[in-house]
Amino acid sequence: MLVMREPMRVALALITTMIMLGGIYGLLGVHFIAAFQILIYVGAVMVFMVYVIMLLELREASGSQRYSRLLVPGVGACALLVGALGVSVSTRADAFVPNAGAPAFSLSQFSSEFLSRYWLEFELTSVLLVAAIVAALAVIKVSRRAQGIAQTIAQDKTLG
Amino acid sequence: MDKISLLLWLSGALFSLGLLGVIVRRNALVMLMCMELMLNGVNLSLVTFSHQRGDAAGAVLVFLVFVVATAEIALAIPIVLLLVRHKRSMDIARFSDLKG
Repeated sequence: MLVMREPMRVALALITTMIMLGGIYGLLGVHFIAAFQILIYVGAVMVFMVYVIMLLELREASGSQRYSRLLVPGVGACALLVGALGVSVSTRADAFVPNAGAPAFSLSQFSSEFLSRYWLEFELTSVLLVAAIVAALAVIKVSRRAQGIAQTIAQDKTLG
Repeated sequence: MDKISLLLWLSGALFSLGLLGVIVRRNALVMLMCMELMLNGVNLSLVTFSHQRGDAAGAVLVFLVFVVATAEIALAIPIVLLLVRHKRSMDIARFSDLKG
């Protein structure tokens, strides 16, 4: 994903990664999260992304740089981050976890807890979605207005 | 190495690779996709902890992350689309005049 030049190849690699993660979730026994991973991420988000890539069809110049100038410090910092995370995982793996190894929760238990104990988060989710819709409409309206101004300027130039 | 720590390793590696992509790449769409990869790494660790504890709280958080990711993409894609239409390029170095 990091070394591919074309955005479409990156998108296909990311879709493959997401499907594999869905398989991991299924193997862990949380089938509904696996289904939602496929439905939401692959079915909605990445299809949207692929659609935009095909819509833009903007080809970068072949001599253009693929990486920013932060390549060397970025790689170093990410190696450090992986090392720190790995050390913390492997040293604290036997730390005390309350009711570890408990039987996996079922879908009915999950949904009843989602709608009773975490009802406030559920409602805030709908507020967030409404805000996202309004913001997307505002962005589209701004672009329409900018296009209208550009058209009037172009007409003024052709007239005068 | 048991299953839990292996999955946590994987999720840390996914998060770090996504962060590396956001830092290193110059293409705006590729940066967005690397942010999705970071969210996927966090989701994997949440599902792993939820599986380890037999608790539904992690799965609830995963669902909230799904919703936030969808809203983020639905907002970020039109903005990137407008920027790219305006500048005729996906290189973020061209967008440096957006600095506040």
